[in-house]
Amino acid sequence: MAGKPGVGQQSLGFRAMSKTAVAAPLLSMNNIGKAFPGVRALDGVTLDVQGGEIHAIVGENGAGKSTLMKILSGVYPYPEYDGEVRIDGALKQFKSVRDSENAGVAIVFQELSLVPELTVGENIFLGREPGHFGCLNWNRLYSEAAEILRGLKFDLDARTQISSVGTGQQQIVEIAKALSKNARILILDEPTAALTNRESEMLFAVLEHLRDKGIGIIYVSHRLDEVFRLSDRITVLRDGRSIGTTPRAGVDQNDVISRMVGREIAQMFPPARRTSGKVVLEVKHLTAVGHKSGATNVFDVSFSVHRGEVLGIAGLMGAGRTEMLAALFGAFSGTVNGEIAVDGHAVKISRPADAMEHGIGLVTEDRKRSGLILNQTILFNMTLAALPRISEWFTTEESREIAASRPLFDSLQIKAASLFTGVGTLSGGTQQKIVLAKWLLTSPRVLLLDEPTRGIDIGAKQEIYSTIDRLAKSGLAIVMVSSELPEVLGLSDRVLVMREGRICGEFSTDQATPEAVMACATGAVHHA
Amino acid sequence: MPSDPAVSQRTEADISTQSAELPSATVAKQLPHGRLLGRILRSYGLLTALVAVWIIFAFATAGIFLTARNFSNLIRQTAVIGILSVGMVMVIITAEIDLSVGSLVGLTGMTAVLVQTMWHRGLFLSVLLGICVGLAAGALQGWLTAWGKIPSFIVTLGGLLAWRGATQGISGGNTYPIEVDSFKAIGQSYLGSTAGVILAAIAIAAVIVSVIFRNRARRQHGLLPWGWAGLALRIVVPCLLIVIFVAALNAYAGIPIPVLILAGIGLGGEFLTQQTRFGRHLYAIGGNAEAARLSGIGLRTNVLVAFCILGALSAVAGMIYAARVGSAGPDAGTLLELDAIAACVIGGASLMGGRGTVFGACLGALFMVSLDNGMSLKDIPDFVQNIVKGGILVAAVGLDMFGRRRGEK
Repeated sequence: MAGKPGVGQQSLGFRAMSKTAVAAPLLSMNNIGKAFPGVRALDGVTLDVQGGEIHAIVGENGAGKSTLMKILSGVYPYPEYDGEVRIDGALKQFKSVRDSENAGVAIVFQELSLVPELTVGENIFLGREPGHFGCLNWNRLYSEAAEILRGLKFDLDARTQISSVGTGQQQIVEIAKALSKNARILILDEPTAALTNRESEMLFAVLEHLRDKGIGIIYVSHRLDEVFRLSDRITVLRDGRSIGTTPRAGVDQNDVISRMVGREIAQMFPPARRTSGKVVLEVKHLTAVGHKSGATNVFDVSFSVHRGEVLGIAGLMGAGRTEMLAALFGAFSGTVNGEIAVDGHAVKISRPADAMEHGIGLVTEDRKRSGLILNQTILFNMTLAALPRISEWFTTEESREIAASRPLFDSLQIKAASLFTGVGTLSGGTQQKIVLAKWLLTSPRVLLLDEPTRGIDIGAKQEIYSTIDRLAKSGLAIVMVSSELPEVLGLSDRVLVMREGRICGEFSTDQATPEAVMACATGAVHHA
Repeated sequence: MPSDPAVSQRTEADISTQSAELPSATVAKQLPHGRLLGRILRSYGLLTALVAVWIIFAFATAGIFLTARNFSNLIRQTAVIGILSVGMVMVIITAEIDLSVGSLVGLTGMTAVLVQTMWHRGLFLSVLLGICVGLAAGALQGWLTAWGKIPSFIVTLGGLLAWRGATQGISGGNTYPIEVDSFKAIGQSYLGSTAGVILAAIAIAAVIVSVIFRNRARRQHGLLPWGWAGLALRIVVPCLLIVIFVAALNAYAGIPIPVLILAGIGLGGEFLTQQTRFGRHLYAIGGNAEAARLSGIGLRTNVLVAFCILGALSAVAGMIYAARVGSAGPDAGTLLELDAIAACVIGGASLMGGRGTVFGACLGALFMVSLDNGMSLKDIPDFVQNIVKGGILVAAVGLDMFGRRRGEK
């Protein structure tokens, strides 16, 4: 890493240009607070970034990293937050993304916002195409695009179509797009989540080059190895608060991990332990290769789940947990290999109906996209998966459906006027309960839960936790994927950790400390 | 296995009594009693428009529009588009489309008539072959859409051209008159008035029996049975409609056979979409295909079946069309697909899928045909008729979207 000596000079150079005697940092965010209904996402967060540094922001999922970046980039406009944002010492109140862009802030989101059918150059200048009177000046567009790419020391023809380049290169095109808007502060949100190692290296080279040119880079990630390799300073966020900023040299990975997780697990979880029974589901050497990406999402995963047990699956986003559940449920679009046995009998699961026949249910992570029929009623959604058992022959009968759904509607305390309320406008927690109810009506024996409390408020979370506990106690085997560490640790009887498609660790309840699980998930070497 | 809630015999209070504690304004349209009413109300806009159009034409034609003879004609003309709409709405609910039904009407009608004139076969074989052709065409298009992953718009646009071409090919461009009287009867004859009265009596008996059975099912499943008022409403309204309908048609020549067929198909379609698992699956697929797939619903099979049903119904419509005209021509049925799609959309279906009813589509068909019929009575030139129909289609959907947006706010 050659960047270091240049940093000081570059930032000095910037300061020399400004006339003020005491140089203000390129960016400072003071006392930032942000509340969502039911949640305080950020509380008194302070962050400063110098020109010519790579500043890493780390924290668990839900620590407030993305929220902070959305304030900085104008996605959450002023005055929807508290505190102040200053650039070069001047107070800024961004009311839109455009405002922040004009002030020199650019963000590259996890989901790339490129148009696949257009070329690299067209994407870089999308919406700001050079030309006169609406006629494009193609030569200028491509020569300027090439200029920017050269400036990044990145070798890519500006006339290449975006869809034909890899995700890593697309990421860099996004950066080029940001720089073409004269960005001085560049925010990258989990940039390597979808990249291969080689692509990541390519990205790092570009970022180091930009640092040397004096750009302030905010690097949001929870991959600690990358953070330690790349960044100059590290800020840790936890539960919406900044825990502190330190130069990289001053800390090691364990320090950072303990700052990330250093929190008592709240009394949200049902305390009683459960006793588990016979093995219900056994998985051996499960491997899943995606059709489209060709990537091996799940590799040689083996585990078993017992009756009355909650098996937690921890890991970072993109570790292959969702794909693993989909593969078990016959919903993975790709090639799945391995053995699955239910109650000791080998079963073949090639589509969701097969899994359901063997008593497996899947509550997906995105209830709006893949859990609910949003324009239909609660009753319609609740009975959808269980229709064969609550209908005679092939006809459906409303009164029978009501009679079947009613007890769950009551016991899950679904907050809606009646079973005939449309699900589209209900709160996230209520919707989640309906998805849960849909699967409970099929009388499953194994329930796969993917992020069962994502995006729902604390009260509903607690209700879901106690429901999960009650279900396990009644003999259901539950596999729960969650990115929220306290949730996995508080609710599970056993915890498996996945990293890069493999199971990299198994912890019993007493061994599963947040530090140990996080170290395992991030691939850091943990010294217990 | 934990206790199966489906068989639990808990004496649950009815939803309506439970939700009475909640703010009545939001609850009113969500009650189970209110659901039937809600569905009628949602079609209410269309119903109002229909009545308005009828009144306008009644005045404009000095009463000719509402004579028994014209009413009989109007209803008979609705049969072809109505039958097409019943199948079309199922395809539209799954968020697919079929542009080929007009051509298929031509092809199946021509097939049946050629079986008679070329092969000298009778009613049964010609109808059977015609329906087989429709079913096969629907199956092919459904298969290409569901398994081939070709957008149904493209598949059936291809069908629109290909089936028309096939019709012109097998007919050599000629029009063939129908010589089999029993076949002609499908489109032209009437059920005598005595038979009509008997049929009405059977229908009324069926309504009463089904309401009583459904009420018993409610009690069995621990729900509050309907009160006397609820029972009476559910029995009297449909029975009254049946009586008025049959009386009006008997005042001219009896129930036209095509109308009888439409009534059967409409009732069957309504049952299939509202009371069966298959129907539920159609709505789920159109509403959110991914969620439907992850609930164990086979997307491809259901889409295929919907296309097959539409193909077969196109054939039925094709027979009726040919029989009514008295001949099969190479251009028979041209543009009927657009009428059918318009009927579905006016009847509340969404081309985005997940929304629409058979009842609404039939009402939409009646509305479209009323416009045709009334404007023809007034001798309004064809080009004006087309402009008016086009404008009304766009306005109807525009109003619906406007109301929906306001409802969401």
